[in-house]
Amino acid sequence: MARRLLIPLLLCGFLLACVGGETNVAQGNRDGVLHFGNYGEPQGLDPHVVTGVPEHHIIGALFEGLVLKNPETLAIEPGVAESWTVSDDGRIYTFKLRDNARWSNGDEITAADFEWSWWRALQPALASSYVFMYFPIKNAEAYFNRSLSNFDEVGIKAIDKKTFRVELDAPAPYFLQLLDHYALFPVHRPTVEKFGAPDESYTRWTRPENIVSNGPFLLDEWRLFKYLSVKKNPDYWDADKVKLNAIRFYPIDKQTTEERMFRAGQLHRTEEVPIDRIPWYRQNRPEVLKIAPYIGTYLYRLNTRKPHLADVRVRQALSMSVDRRRLIDTVLNGLFTPAYSVVPPGLLGYKPPDVFGFDPDKARQLLSEAGYPGGKGYPGLEIQYNTHEQHRKIAIAIQQMWREELGIDVRLQNKDWKVYLDDETTGNFDASRGGWIGDYVDPNTFMDIWTAASGVNRTGFADEEFDRLVLQIAPNAKDHETRLNTFQQAERLFLEQMPIVPLYTYSSKHLVHPGVKGLSPNYMDYYNFRYVSLEPDASGVTQD
Amino acid sequence: MVRFIALRLLQAIPVLFVVISATFFLVRQAPGGPFDAEKPVIPAVKRALEAKYNLDQSLWQQYLSYMGDLLQGDLGPSFKYPGWAVQDLIGSGFPVTAELGIYALLIALLIGTTAGVLAALKPNSAQDYVPMSVAMIGICMPTFLLGPLLVLVFGIWLEWLPISGWGDLPGDKILPSITLGAAYAAYVARLSRGGMLEVLSQDYIRTARAKGLPEHVVVLKHALRGGLVPVVAYLGPAFAGLLSGSFVVETIFQIPGLGRFYVQAAFNRDYTMILGTTIFLSTLIVLFNLLSDVIATWMNPRLRDGLRGGSQ
Repeated sequence: MARRLLIPLLLCGFLLACVGGETNVAQGNRDGVLHFGNYGEPQGLDPHVVTGVPEHHIIGALFEGLVLKNPETLAIEPGVAESWTVSDDGRIYTFKLRDNARWSNGDEITAADFEWSWWRALQPALASSYVFMYFPIKNAEAYFNRSLSNFDEVGIKAIDKKTFRVELDAPAPYFLQLLDHYALFPVHRPTVEKFGAPDESYTRWTRPENIVSNGPFLLDEWRLFKYLSVKKNPDYWDADKVKLNAIRFYPIDKQTTEERMFRAGQLHRTEEVPIDRIPWYRQNRPEVLKIAPYIGTYLYRLNTRKPHLADVRVRQALSMSVDRRRLIDTVLNGLFTPAYSVVPPGLLGYKPPDVFGFDPDKARQLLSEAGYPGGKGYPGLEIQYNTHEQHRKIAIAIQQMWREELGIDVRLQNKDWKVYLDDETTGNFDASRGGWIGDYVDPNTFMDIWTAASGVNRTGFADEEFDRLVLQIAPNAKDHETRLNTFQQAERLFLEQMPIVPLYTYSSKHLVHPGVKGLSPNYMDYYNFRYVSLEPDASGVTQD
Repeated sequence: MVRFIALRLLQAIPVLFVVISATFFLVRQAPGGPFDAEKPVIPAVKRALEAKYNLDQSLWQQYLSYMGDLLQGDLGPSFKYPGWAVQDLIGSGFPVTAELGIYALLIALLIGTTAGVLAALKPNSAQDYVPMSVAMIGICMPTFLLGPLLVLVFGIWLEWLPISGWGDLPGDKILPSITLGAAYAAYVARLSRGGMLEVLSQDYIRTARAKGLPEHVVVLKHALRGGLVPVVAYLGPAFAGLLSGSFVVETIFQIPGLGRFYVQAAFNRDYTMILGTTIFLSTLIVLFNLLSDVIATWMNPRLRDGLRGGSQ
């Protein structure tokens, strides 16, 4: 009996489903709801605890720091601080907070809120991953490491209700940019303390029913692994300029699923585009494909501790024999820009030094000088990469280039993500795929990672002169020009030692529905949802 | 029967204990830890994190405290999503996976038994070859191929059905259920064909036919019950497999189910989540195997009598 009913029931369900009709995008355009592909489920929403891009997008909608960035130019704009002054020596910043900035429960935002929030972020037990963002501030690192116990000696001070002063160890031209990073956002003290100790992480204060925030949007609904939605905050100080009524963030970690959802009109914007779909979009729907240079470098680390990679000439030969243009054109659908330096060009006017180029003859000569003419006698190399189709394709291409140009034997080793990280960290590799995305627009974010003590280095490269230039000379440089020259000098030294093979500068790639305005691509792939709007009449159906 | 069930449940305890202990120590042998990342946290932060999650203790101490918590029903916080307890995450993912599994199983049974019975009625004819060939394709076609194919045809070309989500848009449960059910339908078809063929050659069926019963009564009333015993025996493991093996379908269709949590937990070295889901799923598998044994016994008079005899 039940079985006899099942077929009609299923058919009914099927037919019912087919009359569904309107897509998310069409509906969203009408109601001002942005459907946003957001890569992964956020680990949490506490600005002082989490890391990661999905969290960044959501927290940027919920909270606001002292300043904001213009999404097109990345220029600094006022946020909670309506104005600020910088002392002549570039070390003391004094912020004037705006009178109409409020928490979502109606409380006024005061300088004391910032002082307490920053004190909280510096508590070691909180284990804030981005705590190093505070370290340009005077004594912040010492206080975090507990070599200093008095917080009064840290350069963070609420002067009065609306005046907040920050003192740095040394001038840091990128300091204002850091203020727009969520690690330096304020949190609402009574709410945090209601659900646990200040230095306790992942308490329930960020749940929708508890959270108090200060950004243009409010947390509305959080359905694990389905979506997280935020709605417009009517009490936000600049609420008149906010055009969206709501944003729904979808945690979609599979690029192909995300791309299909976009094509079916379920998303306005994707976090990624599968690289093999790029030619199709270029040809058929160029208006939705948004590609822009992105502040990141794709590279291979070389393990300088291994005997067969200890000779700098071998490392130089490896780097010079890679035809980056051909790699990008053939394997990567022409998507990225060849990189011959570790700092991408154009960071605050920085010009990377010109140290090497694609030069297979020179590469062979160097290898021969190192004692391996034509690759003879060379023990061979292993390239390790984490499981990903794109990494595999690149590794195969480079394997081929090294074999052809240098005559050396190259093996490929595909590893699970955590195994790959473990082997890289413990130095169990020859050449290892890697990448670095800058935390802010400044050469420093690409340079200080290669100092001897840095956990990102992993190549065995350690050079006192390099460390001195990056950690001491550059921060104390008299002016911008001198500072950039110091970084250039440091990068030249680094590239001459060649502990890495830079391959290309990243591009951000998204699919964006034509009805979305104000989601402009920029170098940081940074969004400010205050500027985003939707066109009600834009077609929601995406035909192909 | 009660004694049979009680005995089986008692046997399950050492099984689960071994599974939990082996999993606990095995996951710790895998290289890499939950807090490793491409942008590593500074050493002081890593130490604070390890202290927070007791990872700074010896492995045995961690094992004992985990088992202690487990006895009190506490699976601990997830390492990857520390704002949520493992039982919260399982609680949010399991109903979704279970619902998907039930739909898939219903589809598998409906399609599978129909095809299998039809094939068995006229063996070695077109009525046999066509459904069995389709079933063979079903077994061979992986879900990661079938899923995107269905999406392409019904979601993107025809625009009939939503292609992702679960319970958000009308009809979004259809494609994932069919995708997951298809492979099992194929197995069910082959099993029911085999079972029916065997039963249809039995004496009692010949008797039924001889006394002039109409063919549909012979098949539906007499043959089916015996012919489907292999299918029923397969149901327990199949449902357990559907629950723990729905990872691919959940990924393709963006479904927030347990299968995805499980596999992601392994990739993330989310120790507590791996253990929690392993414990949960192994308990379920034990229970479903027991259940399908009970049903198979009840359906098969010979086994049923044997059990009754044994327990007297």
